[in-house]
Amino acid sequence: MSRLKPYLFIAPALLVIALIFFYPVAEVFRTSLLRVSGRTSSFVGLGNYRSLFADQVFLAAIRHNARLLLAVPALLAVSLVLGILLFEGGAGFRFYRTVVFLPYIISIPVVGIVFGYIFQLNGILNQLLRAAGLGALAADWLGSSRFALWTIMGVVIWKEFGFGVVLFLARLMSVDEELYEAARIEGAGWLQVLVRITIPQLATVIEFFVVIMIITMLSWVFNYVYVMTSGGPGTSTMVTEYYIYLMAFRYNLQGPAAAASIVLLAVTVILILFRANISRRIELE
Amino acid sequence: MRSSGALGRRLPSAIAKQLVLALFAVICLFPVYYLFVTAFKSQGEYLRNLFGLPLNPVLENFATVFRGRRFLRWFANSVILMSGSVLASLMIAILAAYAFARMRFRGRDGLLGFILVLMIVPPVVMVIPLFKIMVALRILNTYPSVIVIYAGLTLPFSIYMLSSFFRTIPEAIIDSARIDGCRDLRLIRSIAVPLSAPALITVVLVNALWVWNELLIAVIFLQRDELKTLMVGLTIFKSRYNLDIPVTMAGLALATVPMLALYFAGQKHFIRGLVAGAVK
Repeated sequence: MSRLKPYLFIAPALLVIALIFFYPVAEVFRTSLLRVSGRTSSFVGLGNYRSLFADQVFLAAIRHNARLLLAVPALLAVSLVLGILLFEGGAGFRFYRTVVFLPYIISIPVVGIVFGYIFQLNGILNQLLRAAGLGALAADWLGSSRFALWTIMGVVIWKEFGFGVVLFLARLMSVDEELYEAARIEGAGWLQVLVRITIPQLATVIEFFVVIMIITMLSWVFNYVYVMTSGGPGTSTMVTEYYIYLMAFRYNLQGPAAAASIVLLAVTVILILFRANISRRIELE
Repeated sequence: MRSSGALGRRLPSAIAKQLVLALFAVICLFPVYYLFVTAFKSQGEYLRNLFGLPLNPVLENFATVFRGRRFLRWFANSVILMSGSVLASLMIAILAAYAFARMRFRGRDGLLGFILVLMIVPPVVMVIPLFKIMVALRILNTYPSVIVIYAGLTLPFSIYMLSSFFRTIPEAIIDSARIDGCRDLRLIRSIAVPLSAPALITVVLVNALWVWNELLIAVIFLQRDELKTLMVGLTIFKSRYNLDIPVTMAGLALATVPMLALYFAGQKHFIRGLVAGAVK
């Protein structure tokens, strides 16, 4: 009995996790190998994957997710600079930390709608540009296929960078004071301290942040697209998650939708393994 | 940062620092400011005064939002789903986390590691089979179906936070309780849980925020209008009042205030929860 007890304690959790994660993943894999029409389905092997990679819309979605990855270096740079600035002290540390983390708390639907108004043709951004004599730069930021994806990227950066700042700040505050003390005694300059102490101490957290942000750009941008552009204009902001959603729930094409899910999952799993490797190294340190 | 650095050299860099920080503070705050001031403007004033403070603040927009009771319904739905799933996730996770932290059994560490990895799996991958399950069980468009999904999706994080906290409870306390004849369930109720208040608050806040802001599951699983959540309602609201921006903003403001209140009340716990796992 007592040997079974631990399993009784974890049983409810395992049951729910099996229902919400394990069974659906297995089932979606099975569906990805089937052609489903009405109540009947037939095995088509890799047929769905072949037609997926022949679908221009899916290829566009993948290209757009890849392009969103460009936000990662920008996010890293901004969070790093602000994290270090805040760590180095100065007035208003708590205020800035609270403010910078604020966008991370506000829901994406709210953020998306507010930015939708800001980026409207007659919205604040364009009015400011016109007032500054830069009317030539005014554009339909979310309504033109040239700018829409870049605009979404900007909103994602706005929302996510506070996470990086708080992350880096938390790590820096746990660095041994003596390291900085020693550097000061040795007479190290600001740049030397930055390159020799601050950045190396942050290395593993930087890796963590980069991996999490890559995963975000590839598989957690549905909400932004759903609220701001619905994938449009045309397919200019179509992303993998939105493609899966449309295929499954608008066009009822379960096979291809399931195949796209498996592709997305595979990419995420590869990144997770990479991330697990990082945390193992953190633990060894 | 040389201690001998002349004041004349440090001052400009301090000013430059403050300027950069102030610039980013403005960038972060502006959309939030715009949201709240617009909610208090009449349509006419908004067109004349796009982002200044409201000169004639009005409450009309909020009255419009509440008209027809749809908004209140959505708000109540979000509260119900949030409370139900946060509570369910917490109860199930406390049991599991206690076992992972305080009991020895085969496959423990491997299983825990595997559960933690699930934190990052995008929900869209599971949505198609989950939809089929709910249809087969005839519970599509019901609260319980979505509560179970949310509880499941937040379980890995809850288990992770609680098990790492339970592990820090001193062995001596647990042992002495055991000698006094405490069984595991009582141990959890009268020792582990009361000692873990900070971790419990973190789990509740982070999960509440996540559920409140969730969109994909809510769009797919709650399609009947009287069951829609606030986040889904807002997107409908926006298209309905597309031209009356202040009314939409009033709705957005009302949807944001609860989470802002939680954030300001429990900032420390939020931050601890959201950076957990990265910083040791």
